[in-house]
This record gives sequence, C-alpha cells and structure tokens, in this order.
Amino acid sequence: MGYIWLIPALPLAAFLITILFGKWFIKDSAHWLPILAMAGAFGLSVAALIQSWGAEEPYVLNLWQWFTSGDFQIPLALQLDQLSAVMCTTVTGVGLLIFIYSKGYMHGDPGYYRFFAYMSLFAFSMLMLVLAENYLLLYFGWEAVGLCSYYLIGFYYHKPSAAAAGKKAFLTNRVGDFGFGLGVMLIWTLVGTLSYSGVFDAVGAGEVSDSALVAIALLLFVGAMGKSAQFPLHVWLPDAMEGPTPVSALIHAATMVTAGVYMVARSSVIFASARPALIVVGIIGTFTAIYAASIGIAQNDIKRVLAYSTVSQLGYMFMALGVGAWVAAVFHLVTHAFFKALLFLGSGSVIHAMSGEQDMRRMGALRGKIKTTYWTFLMGALALSGIFPFAGFWSKDEILGMQFKGGGYIIWIVGLIAAFITAFYTFRAVFMTFWGNDRTDPEVGKHIHESPKSMIIPLGILAVLSVIAGLVIGLPPEGGLLHRFLEPVFQHANEILGVEHHGFGALDVVLMIVSVLVALSGIALAYLFYIRRPDELPQKAGKKAGWLYKGIANKWYMDEIYNVAIITPLVEGSRVIYKWFDVAVIDGLVNLAGRIWGGFGKMARPFQTGRVENYALIMFLAVVVIVAVVVL
Amino acid sequence: MEYGFAEQIGFRALTVLTFLPSVGALIMLLFMRKRPNAYKTTALVTALVTLALAVYMMTQFQTGTAEFQFQEDYRWIDSFGITFHLGVDGISMLLILLTAFLSVIAILGSWNYVTDRQLAFFVCLLVLETGMIGVFAAMDLFLFYVFWEVQLIPMYFLIGIWGGARRIYAAIKFFLYTFAGSVLMLVAIIGIVWWYTKDSGVTTFDIQTLQQAGFPYGVQALAFVGFFLAFAIKVPMFPFHTWLPDAHVEAPTAGSVLLAGVLLKMGVYGMIRFCIGFFPEVSVKAVPWVMILSVIGIIYGAAMSLIQADMKKLVAYSSVSHMGYVTAGLFAFNLQGIQGSVLQMINHGILTGALFQMVGFFYERSHTRLIKDYGGVAQPMPVAAALFSFFVLGSLGLPGLNGFVGEFLILVGIFQYKIVFAVLASVGLILGAAYLLWMYQRTMFQELRNKKWLKVSDLNAREIITLVPLVAAALFIGIYPAPVLNLLSAPAQTIVAQVQPYLAEHGSSLLKLASSLFGGN
Repeated sequence: MGYIWLIPALPLAAFLITILFGKWFIKDSAHWLPILAMAGAFGLSVAALIQSWGAEEPYVLNLWQWFTSGDFQIPLALQLDQLSAVMCTTVTGVGLLIFIYSKGYMHGDPGYYRFFAYMSLFAFSMLMLVLAENYLLLYFGWEAVGLCSYYLIGFYYHKPSAAAAGKKAFLTNRVGDFGFGLGVMLIWTLVGTLSYSGVFDAVGAGEVSDSALVAIALLLFVGAMGKSAQFPLHVWLPDAMEGPTPVSALIHAATMVTAGVYMVARSSVIFASARPALIVVGIIGTFTAIYAASIGIAQNDIKRVLAYSTVSQLGYMFMALGVGAWVAAVFHLVTHAFFKALLFLGSGSVIHAMSGEQDMRRMGALRGKIKTTYWTFLMGALALSGIFPFAGFWSKDEILGMQFKGGGYIIWIVGLIAAFITAFYTFRAVFMTFWGNDRTDPEVGKHIHESPKSMIIPLGILAVLSVIAGLVIGLPPEGGLLHRFLEPVFQHANEILGVEHHGFGALDVVLMIVSVLVALSGIALAYLFYIRRPDELPQKAGKKAGWLYKGIANKWYMDEIYNVAIITPLVEGSRVIYKWFDVAVIDGLVNLAGRIWGGFGKMARPFQTGRVENYALIMFLAVVVIVAVVVL
Repeated sequence: MEYGFAEQIGFRALTVLTFLPSVGALIMLLFMRKRPNAYKTTALVTALVTLALAVYMMTQFQTGTAEFQFQEDYRWIDSFGITFHLGVDGISMLLILLTAFLSVIAILGSWNYVTDRQLAFFVCLLVLETGMIGVFAAMDLFLFYVFWEVQLIPMYFLIGIWGGARRIYAAIKFFLYTFAGSVLMLVAIIGIVWWYTKDSGVTTFDIQTLQQAGFPYGVQALAFVGFFLAFAIKVPMFPFHTWLPDAHVEAPTAGSVLLAGVLLKMGVYGMIRFCIGFFPEVSVKAVPWVMILSVIGIIYGAAMSLIQADMKKLVAYSSVSHMGYVTAGLFAFNLQGIQGSVLQMINHGILTGALFQMVGFFYERSHTRLIKDYGGVAQPMPVAAALFSFFVLGSLGLPGLNGFVGEFLILVGIFQYKIVFAVLASVGLILGAAYLLWMYQRTMFQELRNKKWLKVSDLNAREIITLVPLVAAALFIGIYPAPVLNLLSAPAQTIVAQVQPYLAEHGSSLLKLASSLFGGN
C-alpha cells in the first residue's frame, strides 16, 4: 500500500499547477486537472479501502522526519486503516462529484482557476488530515482545511460580508485549535509520543491518569467543537454560506466539518477511557442538534436552512460518539455526506436557475420548471428527514436507537424532537421552493432553466446514493457492512467501554416505527403550514410563540453575545490601553527622560550638515584602521 | 578536532565575511560617487558574494558539536587582554546566514526606494551588515561591544535621514533607548572583567574564558541586570518596546526589514551568550520574571497590533508579540524551548522581513500605510495579495509554514516549564490570527474604495524576485525543518547543560506558590 501518499499528492499537484499557471495559461480549462487528480485519488482510495479489509494493524508509511528536538520526534508519516480508508473514499468520491458539478456551476466566473486551485488544496489538506499518522500531522491538516475554508468562503472577496465571514470562520476555529493544541502538548508531555498507535497503547496500558485523560479528551473536543461547529463555536458555519455553493457542499457539509467527528472517533481509545469527557461530548452534541434545528425553522435563505441543518446533524454524530457508538457516528457521517452534498448542490441548481436568488420567499412552484433538480432534492430531503428506507433513516435511527437501548431516554427524546423539527424545516424548504404559489420576480422567472448536464449528473448519482447507501452499508442495524468493516479500528475502545452488542429485535422495529411517525408528522405539519394555509398559519404561530419565536428568528442572539462579551471589550480595551498606557505612561516617561537629558537638540545636528557620506567614510576608515592593526 | 579556520575552510572566512560588505561600501564611496547604477550594482553584488560565502561556510559547518568553528584569534590590545577573536556555533552561523540573506533582500527591495543621497543609503546598509555579522561572530566581549555600537550608527542614520515625517524623533528615541542599554552593558562588562582580573590576576575579554569564570552570586546578579536590560531593550521586551513602533514607522523599508529581521535578534543572541552563558545561576532565578514579561509581551503586543491604524505599526507591535515567544522559549530551558526559540528568530526574520518589504511595496505605490486608505487591493494587485497572504499565514503560525514549527516547539517547551504560561502564550495565537486576518481583510479584500488603487500596477519582476526566496525559505523550514533543528541541537544542549545545575531550585517562592495553584512540573 505504498501508493497511499499519492492520494493526497495528486490534488496537491493539481493545486500547484493550477495556482501557478491558471491565471495566464490554463484559464477556462482549469477544471480538467483537478477533476482528473480527484478521480485518481478516488480510484486509489477505493483500492485502499478494499485492501484494508480485515487488516488487524494500520499500515504506516514514513515519509521523513518533521520535528526533531530532543525527545520531541515527530515524523511526517501517513497511516491507513479502515477508518481513514472510509474517510478517503467519502472525501474523494463526493469531492469528485462536486468538482464535476463545479465545472458547470462556476462556468464563466472570473476566478475560475482560483476556485479549482483552492478546492484541490482543500482536497489535499483533508486527505492529509484523515491519513495522518500522528496528532501533529492531524493538526497540520486540521488548520490547512481551515485555511482553504477561509479562502473559499471569502472567494468573492470584494463582498465585505464574504471577507468578514471568512475571517470569522478562521478565528472561531482558532479558538477551537487553541484547545486542540494544548491537548496535543499535554499528550506529548505525558506520553512522549504523538503517534496514534503509541498514544493509544500507552493509554490502554494505563500509563496516563484518569484526570489527565479527561483533560486531554476535553481539550481535543474543544478543537472538534470549532471544526464541527458545535455550540457555542457554531457561529461561523451559517456565515460560511457566503462561499460558492459547491464549497458549501464539499467543505461545509460533506467533509471538513466532519473532521471533528473523525478526530473523536480516531481518538476513541482516549475518549473511552475518559467517561466524563464522553458525557460532555454527548450533551454538547444533543444540545447542538436541537438548538440548531430550532434556528433552521426561521431561516429564509435556502442555504442557511441547510447550514443550520448541518450543524444540527453534526450534533447527532456527537450524540452518537457520546455513548461510544463510534460506527453509528461514522455511518451518519457518510450518509450525511451524500444527502447533504445533494441538498446543497440541489440548492445551487435552484440558485443557478433563479439567477442567483437565494431567498425562498421569492421562489415557489419550481417543481414543474426544474424537474430533475426537484426530484433529486426531494430524495435528499427525505433522507435528511429520516424517512424509511432512505440513507438518513438508517443512520439516524441507529443513533437514536442506541441512546434508547443504552438507557439515555432524555437524549433519545431530545433527539426525536430534533428529528421532528428537522423534518419540518426540511419540508418547509421543499414546499416554499418547489410547491405552492409562484412568488418569483417576473424578470427572474423568464430565465428559469434546468442546469447543464455537468451539474445534473452529480445530482443524480448523489440522489441514488442518498436512497440506497443506508441499505447497502447499514443493514442490519448495528451489524451492517460498515460495522464489520470498521470493527478492528474500534475494538480497543469498545473493550474499554464494555459496549454490549444488542441484537436486532422487536424493540428496534418499534423504535423505527416511532421515529418514522415523528418524521412524517413533521412533514405533515410543514404541509399544513406552507401549502394548506401559508398566508395565516406561519404568522399566527410566530406571534403565539412569542419569545420563543423571537429567539429562534434571531439565532438566539449568539453573534450579539459574542460582540458584547468578547469582541468589543477586546478591541475597545486595547484602544484604551494603547492610549493611556503605551503612549501616555511608557512613552511619556521616555520622552521625559529625553527632555531631562536635553539631548534632543544636540543629537539632531549631524543630520543638518547633510554630508552623511563623510561620516560614513570616517567611520569606515576607523574600522579599516582597526582591522589593519590587528591583522597585519 | 580543531575548529580553526585553517582546518575547516583554509582561509580567514569570518574576517572576510564580516568586512566584505564594508569593502564594497568603500569601493562605492571612492570610485562611484556619481554613478548610481554602478554603485547600486556593486552594493548588490557585494551582498550576494557575502551571502554566497555564508552559504559556503554553512556547507563546511560541522553539525553535532557546540564548539565554535572557523575560529580566528589575533592579538589586538594586549595590555587589556583584548583579542580579535571570531568564531561561530550553530546559533550564530544561522543568524549570520539570515543577516546575509536579508541584506540582499533589503538592498534589492530598495532599488528605487530612495532618491535622496542614494549612495550614502546603500553604504549605510553595507556598513550595517558588517556590524551585524560582527556581533554574531565576535568571541571577545570587547569586540562584541564594538560591533554592537557599529551597527547602531548606520541604523540611526537610516531612520534619521531616509525616514518619514517624524524621523528625527524616532531616530533619537531609537538611539536613546539603545544607548541607555549600551551604557548599562558597558558598565556590566567592565564590572565582570574587573572582578575576573581581581580574582584570577589575568585580564581577559575572551567570552569562553569568562563563561568558565563562575562569578559569585552578587556579581552575577548585578551584571545580569546590566546585560539583561540592554538586551531586553533590543529584543524589545515589554515594557521597553515603545521605541520599536516609532522606529519602524519612520524607517525606510530596508531599515525596517533589517531592524526586525536581524537587529532584534541581537538582543536574544546576547541573552544566550552573556546572560545565560556568564550567569546561569541568576538566569535560572530570573526565569519566572522573564516568563511573565514575555507572556505579557505576547498578549500585549498582539492586543496593540489589533487596533493600529498604520500597517507598519501593526507589524511592529506584532514583533513585540512574536519576540515574546522567543524569549519565553529560551528561558524555558529545555531543548524544545531553546531550539524553537532560535528557529523562531530565523522565522520571524523571514516572515516579518517579508511583511515589511511588502508594506514598503504598497507604500511606494500609494504613499500611505493607513489601513483605511486600502481595501480591495487584491483587485489591482492579485500577485501582491497572494504573496501577502502567504506571509500573513506564516506569521500567524499556519502548520506547514515555518512560523508554526518554531511556535509549536516553543509552546511545547513552555508547557513543560509551567502549563499556565503555555495556556496564556497560546492565547497569543488566537489574537495573532485576529489582527493579521483583520488587517488582511481590510486592506486586500472588500470593495475598492480608494480610486487611487485603480492606477496602481502589480508587483514587478524585481519585487517578486525579492520575495520568492523568502517564500521558499518559509516553505522549506515549514515542511522539512530537520536540517535547521539539527544545527541547533548541540548549542541547545550546551545551554541546557549550563543551567542544569541550578534548575533544581527553579523559580522564586512567589512563583512556587503560583505553581502549586496552577500545576506544572
């Protein structure tokens, strides 16, 4: 498997060539190289996936020594096990489809080459992240994907809102990375290595105290909260929708934002040995799931609905991790990558058809006009809502089922409520966009057209995956293909946790029926609100709900809280310190000293003669004389 | 194994290296007074040859030993035991390479920057280079002091003559601060030499001899303060930093590049050689206080950067923050901290040098450095914006670029000393990203408000050429820092060995109290 270095290297090469030659030489054909590179990386990932089947130990490829300082020896090494193979395949597979889609979507954009260059850089970074052999290289990929996200959110950099959103994303992630970095340092200080295998062996052997493990796990999780947009570090993700839609699909839905989930799953041995931290993970995930879903109800921008939905779905994944349901989390990660990429690309197709309109209040009745987009979007919506037998049903139900069977009834109920809200806001979006009255601006209405083939084909493939993926890799629940495949990765963690394997029985069927009923009632309510009585019910309900609605509509004031609590005090406080301490106190003393010394006038005199050459010459000659005396 | 010049390289390489720039300057002064193209070319060629020699010496340099290499030792002023003794270890070799490298960049970058008294400008740059190399190569305390003063003068002229509107004020402030430091250092030098003479009956300024002297605690304490203040001003550490923003804002681009790139490092270099080398016991005692000042500097410098309206001032305050990491890493007194600290000096030289260079390029086009006069500059200057973002990212410590390697090693080093300082220093990473990205957003991104920028051309070939080597260096160290780290390994071990005997009684009683509260080792 020595070829695995090629998986990230291909997109890297595509990036380098495109960024250096794109502007002047490649220009409008900038998509070819990245697409080919992605296809190559996908092929290799599939090969790696097949080859890693059943392997007991991860395959490690040492490239070269990266850090070397005393005991701090960190190699630049890649590691392939089943988990990284699944991640690589998902990233390159979905990535390839999105690259192809982008050929149509970004057509004619002045930054065409730049777009494909950054997307390739992202693919490289993400693949490094999942193939890293140690925490420091993971950290490299971790920040590098953040950088690409920054570039791509701010792709339309002349838009102030886009530029601000990019910065916000990077900074929020930096806050998370602050914790992550400290966690890495703590690991090294206690264990003396950062290689996964070395760290997990040490943890398994009980070399690290329980309290230290909890500290490590929590610090790492802070990083995950930033990257995977968990409350309260979720604020950057909705704003990230300023980026082009394929970016939202690839980076801010399917892959990068799941890096936190991947990292926690990767560190399953640590988290399994740190139960209190695991509980925190579960609680934050559960809260985020319902919190973000609630905001999704009141969004009118189609992409923002999906953004909050992503935050919420990531919450489900952490909810799974919180009870040690590692595979269920990865399962949902994979199906979510399919159906959320589909929904984003579908919304991109809508936006494309609507000449850039994103506000659902100015859409409606589009199902007849852009049929393929509608049908594929509907597949994604059903999968997201958790309707049998779509992909999202299996993965979400597995998460909820494991909560119930593990005795986490409160989390199960909260998860069900969030699922109800999810179905509601998803179909609210479907109805407002594709059904009901045509509220389109007449000028826009004239130009509505179905998207080109390069966009439709990826939609079709993702729609198929959104329908069947769960059936293929997830059946039977808790024992499907994915479970059996990933078993070696999580074996150790499961032993530590003592996770029991529940068989598939009558209880599961009951739970499934309950969750489908909940989802269907969410859809029914959306139908009632937005199709049957769209003119009165939404307003009436909004008024009735009072503060609840106000909170939801204002995103629970999180941005405002950050502004008042952190950003303004920081900036204004710095201003005050600068003016009253740096300038007034320190410089005041210095100037006073200068004046007392009386040197200011005297010292300025040499400049007034204007013959500095002479001074330089004199000075220099003096030096020469000294040297001559010495050497001769 | 002998590490004299004769065995290693066959000629007096360090003397040649040190004075080559000044010889070039002399030739320019004597023969090319009225021919700008000739003297500019001579300046560049001189700097290039110096760099080539430095690179050649690097290839002959023996890693894996902390011995001083390419040594040359001549009698100078016998009656005071002063010698003309040169030599380099891994740390000074790297810093000399950085000096030679940045001198080329600075000269090429200011090709058309000054029009007034151009010859003198380039002469100053070359004399400055001699002074800087001399500081790092000197193995005699008196010689060190001479070079220390020599480099002060051309920098004083660079700021005072070719500076901006408030150049006189800035130059004098620069001079006063450093002069105050120099006086303190001089007193300390005289003090320890006097003590050594009294103690052993021999007068010497030889650095290695003095390092073996084993000064009594009282002498150590007093002399430490003298040296330390001089170097803390140079670094500059909080609260001795206010000369830096003024000096940078007024200095011409080349001055800023060399000031930030090299001159600040002389302060840390001095701490390594003298504060720690001569007074290890007091240095260990001083650790908590140095750490506190460093961490304040990290956060304070970053906070001040956040609100600056002038780009140069912003980068200047960011230097205060970055140099805080360097001093903190050094005084963590473990391999990671020390190696990270020296590496970060090189990184800071590359990245901040590049940032100042680029601000200079923008200034040449727009004649403003105020952030509010910028905005949307990525449109007329895409190449410049791309390169600028590269250096901004390096500066904020993006993994894969050089800044990360140094910073992370430093943090690992501090973490082992006391976790609470590592936590506080890490806050600087968040703030660093904040002020740099905010500046970038307001200057390069957003809509183009100032119509002046529409007429501006992107970077020309010469300007790009000055930046490409910096990009290459940043990438190389970021991806494959092992060669540099190996070079620093032996000197770092020596430093640790110097302080090791005293580390057991690490920290003052006050800090012990704090450590019991916050944990740590």
